[in-house]
Amino acid sequence: MRANTWAGRNKVKVRDVPDPKILNKRDAIVKITSTAICGSDLHLVDGYVPTMQDGDVMGHEFMGEVVEVGSGVPADKLRVGDRVVVPFPIACGACGACAAELYSCCENSNPNAGIAEKMFGHPVAGIFGYSHLTGGFAGGQAQYARVPFADVGPLKIESDLTDEQVLFLSDILPTGFMGADLCDIQPTDVVAVWGAGPVGQFAMDSARMLGAAKVIAIDKEPYRLQMAERAGHTPINFEEVDVRSRLLELTGGRGPDKCIDAVGMEASHGAAHIHAYDRVKQAVRSETERPHALRQAILSCRSGGIVSVIGVYGGFLDKFPAGAWMNRALTLRTGQCHVQRYMKPLLQRIERGEIDPTRVITHTLPLDEAERGFDIFKNKQDHCEKVVLKP
Amino acid sequence: MTRLAVREAADARQEEVQRRGRGLGWMSLGLGVAQLTVPDTVRRISGVDDSRASRAVVPLVGARELVHAAGLLTSRRKSAWTWTRVVGDAMDLTSLGMAIAHRRGRRRRRLLGVTGAVLGITVLDVLTAVQATRAREIGAAPAVGGARKGGPMELTATTTVRKPAREVYAFWRDLGNLPTFMAHLREVRATGDRTSHWSASAPFGTNVEWDAEIIDEATGEKITWRSTGNADVPNAGTVRFVPAPDGVSTEVHVVLTYDIPGGAVGKAVARYFGEEPHQQLDDDLRRLKQVLETGEVVRSEGAPWGKRARKEFPQRPAQPLSDAELAKGADA
Ligand SMILES: NC(=O)c1ccc[n+]([C@@H]2O[C@H](COP(=O)([O-])OP(=O)(O)OC[C@H]3O[C@@H](n4cnc5c(N)ncnc54)[C@H](O)[C@@H]3O)[C@@H](O)[C@H]2O)c1
Ligand SMILES: [Zn+2]
Ligand SMILES: [Zn+2]
Repeated sequence: MRANTWAGRNKVKVRDVPDPKILNKRDAIVKITSTAICGSDLHLVDGYVPTMQDGDVMGHEFMGEVVEVGSGVPADKLRVGDRVVVPFPIACGACGACAAELYSCCENSNPNAGIAEKMFGHPVAGIFGYSHLTGGFAGGQAQYARVPFADVGPLKIESDLTDEQVLFLSDILPTGFMGADLCDIQPTDVVAVWGAGPVGQFAMDSARMLGAAKVIAIDKEPYRLQMAERAGHTPINFEEVDVRSRLLELTGGRGPDKCIDAVGMEASHGAAHIHAYDRVKQAVRSETERPHALRQAILSCRSGGIVSVIGVYGGFLDKFPAGAWMNRALTLRTGQCHVQRYMKPLLQRIERGEIDPTRVITHTLPLDEAERGFDIFKNKQDHCEKVVLKP
Repeated sequence: MTRLAVREAADARQEEVQRRGRGLGWMSLGLGVAQLTVPDTVRRISGVDDSRASRAVVPLVGARELVHAAGLLTSRRKSAWTWTRVVGDAMDLTSLGMAIAHRRGRRRRRLLGVTGAVLGITVLDVLTAVQATRAREIGAAPAVGGARKGGPMELTATTTVRKPAREVYAFWRDLGNLPTFMAHLREVRATGDRTSHWSASAPFGTNVEWDAEIIDEATGEKITWRSTGNADVPNAGTVRFVPAPDGVSTEVHVVLTYDIPGGAVGKAVARYFGEEPHQQLDDDLRRLKQVLETGEVVRSEGAPWGKRARKEFPQRPAQPLSDAELAKGADA
């Protein structure tokens, strides 16, 4: 089959690879009809996440049709022919973490748990196409994928919604929603979201859906800010204005009640010297992250507020504003999304028309053009917001 | 000294090395950041602000210091990282020597001062590096050292399984189940109510087999066994099943002891357990949990061989296996 693979730093390559095969009894094989490129994929391609190998099949946002099931998948759970959306964290459904609905921390789904444990203190779940630290699972930017624990994760789509309407249930819609959910949103809340990428857009929509009084979008790409503005959110361009002063202005000097970091470890910084400092440190591998958005979110949040972090971090970061966090009674909440927890309720919201996930799609390309897709998404060319690939 | 006293002394020395290494790490960080962010000040203080080359060299030296800092602050292998500092010192002293030869007056005095400081630091670096290297030799994991020379090795590990204690106990008590999750076991066969015959697979040494008996057990709580007769590697184990506070799960606590012989078998066993013998048992228990909670050992394309994977790295790429690769199996 054809698959998009990691081919070294800053390089992806579509190549021919063997078709996936059942390896565990509870596996299913899915013929992929739609798949997408995610901001998380950029961290892999940019070389920020260790343990990638040449030839790793990428992609963790995909859906399609079940073409084969293992002997351990009960027929009432999943059958050949079912149309499914696959959540990106692989979860067993039976361990302590799964029982607590902390699916992205599943204790059983990562065959490389030993490595993850050394890096993070405790292991994390397996994830499709997302380095060997999270299991070394082949991903979904391909024609077919093997889906472990197929009786637990995949969500069956029985209505006639289009792929585009449901595809993002695999990751970015639940992730954006979780970003808002972790904020414990009150009707009086002003919520500021750093990052107007696809995840940020859905975090903004979710914050409003959960009743926030005002939602603010912070980014530097005018077209992404316009997209947020069209959806009813208030834009701030951090390259044009001082974010802190603008936020104070918009909140009567209080600061946003809730702040969401939907940027992660590759944030850019308005001030060149600070950016240079972080770049040098990244280049010499003495720091893996550039946490500008997180630093700014913590410093901006009103005292006693919540900072919700859904942007991805991989290792250690410095200049963490611990003083602001501690002395101003802030709450920090975070996690890889527990997608399985949110899929069903969000599908219902899509069916009821409360949220329109298609609004972020700007490009649809054949799988064979994945390289170009990565290029325009990463470099924000052609007003690219989200790329859907068709195998 | 007793084994324990030797170990404690080695630990203390190791701690001192770690502390000194961290100190040097912070110094590297400070220097590196200064050289990168205020290079001109650094150049002025050092007396090389008249040289164009120094404008390029100082930030480079700063970047190098950050590498040292990263290594010293994050790695426990201080010996290698302190030696890289010594190499850095030698480079600095060489450039300083060249710079002094070309300068007079105020700049020369400043350069001499800086050179004195660097010399002092070099002495400290060399001392720490020598000590770190020694501590590494002495402090090599006693389990492995013990294994190499022969002697007892004790491994402990624990996990929590979301199943009631009697179920986890029953699974373990059916000794034939042990090879499904213990990497080194090929087969365990019950030969009587309390006796059994065990065989270990190739990496453990060639064809190691032995008989064992259960010497103590309490249903649902504990099993203790030991090898009997003329075992190549006399061994014993205890597993306890303790209800977890959540009222649903069971904590599994395992202690294994191996009396490792000298000679070829001992060497093979030592090689098998490698640098981190505890990791083996941790992985065994991770698989026990997978088998009990999910039905089998979990496989990925990068790590497709379940318990037969001897090491987590290197792995094959996270890409589907070809039929040939799949047929060939773990040794492919
Ligand atoms: N927690 C999860 O489960 C999960 C799931 C999916 C994605 N993610 C993460 O969410 C983040 C966003 O994903 P995406 O697909 O939207 O990526 P993206 O790269 O398209 O979006 C990131 C946006 O942040 C903007 N940005 C950069 N620096 C900024 C700064 N200092 N302040 C404000 N905005 C800044 C960029 O211009 C860009 O528009 C990534 O880190 C991704 O890995 C997390
Ligand atoms: Zn994603
Ligand atoms: Zn689980």
